[in-house]
Amino acid sequence: MFSEWKFTAKEIAEKPDLFLSGHRACAGCAPATVLRLIMKAVRGPTIVTNATGCMEVVSSIYPYTSWAVPWIHTAFENAAANASGIESALKILKKKGKIKHEHVDVIALAGDGGTYDIGIQALSGAVERGHDFLYVLYDNEAYMNTGIQRSGGTPFGASTTTSPAGTVIPGKLQNKKPIADIMVAHEIPYVATASPFYWRDLITKARKGIEVDGPAFLHVFAPCPRGWRSDPAKSIELSRLAVETCIFPLWEAINGEYQLSTPSKVLALAPQKKKPVREYLKLQGRFRHLFTPKFEKLTEEIQRITDERWQRLLRKCGMT
Amino acid sequence: MTSQEKNWKEISPAGVCWKSSIQFLTGDWKTYTPVRDLEKCTRCLLCVLFCPDGAIHWKPEKGDIEFDLNFCKGCGICANECPVNAIEMRLE
Repeated sequence: MFSEWKFTAKEIAEKPDLFLSGHRACAGCAPATVLRLIMKAVRGPTIVTNATGCMEVVSSIYPYTSWAVPWIHTAFENAAANASGIESALKILKKKGKIKHEHVDVIALAGDGGTYDIGIQALSGAVERGHDFLYVLYDNEAYMNTGIQRSGGTPFGASTTTSPAGTVIPGKLQNKKPIADIMVAHEIPYVATASPFYWRDLITKARKGIEVDGPAFLHVFAPCPRGWRSDPAKSIELSRLAVETCIFPLWEAINGEYQLSTPSKVLALAPQKKKPVREYLKLQGRFRHLFTPKFEKLTEEIQRITDERWQRLLRKCGMT
Repeated sequence: MTSQEKNWKEISPAGVCWKSSIQFLTGDWKTYTPVRDLEKCTRCLLCVLFCPDGAIHWKPEKGDIEFDLNFCKGCGICANECPVNAIEMRLE
């Protein structure tokens, strides 16, 4: 099903960037790193369609574009619908012999707002129809581009402009929606989660998602220093801590069969290496209120939710 | 746009960004500049992979990396992730 593609850091560094320098993302923007790495995984001609969101805004400020591949911007809700259209058009063009390439890959790109909330019906429909494309969700856990409003991807306890921590509420009161599990429930051939610190894992998964016949979904964790009110230099470190604390475990589901990826498997086999969530929370200003006496108990609640989800995942992977 | 240019039937139905962003230099955003200790650096290339701006290039012919300060925004990810602490962020 998948090719045995092996690569070294040097080979990846030598590959030309398809997401170019000069984009106007904030300093320390992890989604930009994610896009650079994913675009290193393409195997040939590729078309990218991008829902509205940070990465669309920063990469296409008129008249500049940061894309070295055909790229089309679409509205917030229909990245997946657009990708289905592109894929269908390619199919018919190929049938008519107007495309000579063996394969032209389609990547749909959206943030957490464009996936969890606004884009989910288009996404659900596109994968149900079985279009062959890779959907990449870069999850920075709020609507960062419009001013840090909470989304379905915002975790419990995070302060955003529409769930502000103060005297009344301790940030967002609801849990993060398990979007990748929702995609597995669609019975599509490939679903995976990835984090940019584990770059080899991320690139491998992106390539698998491109290669697989049928829809693939890749959920990538992407820290945002602006919205998380964290140090720009710590973006990649946060993407490592999220995995080490099991807040964002790495796994893939091939034809619905869950399996842990190496960075998380290590933690499953040696639970003493698992870090407490406080280490991850304390680096971020959006969780600052959790370290005041009033809301201190909530860190325990976050630990409990995280452990519960981790145990559930271990059961799915048959590791308990 | 002046009337000398294309009429509405000739222009593209959607906006087309026609200029590559590598012509837009973002290097003047930075407050801190990365300075590399050439002796400590092991050329592991992690900074090349992690740089959000693609501002660190691997030059195979030199066997070394090169910072492109025209694009570096001074975020400090390279310094933070360097396994041997070979990069220091200095105030400009």
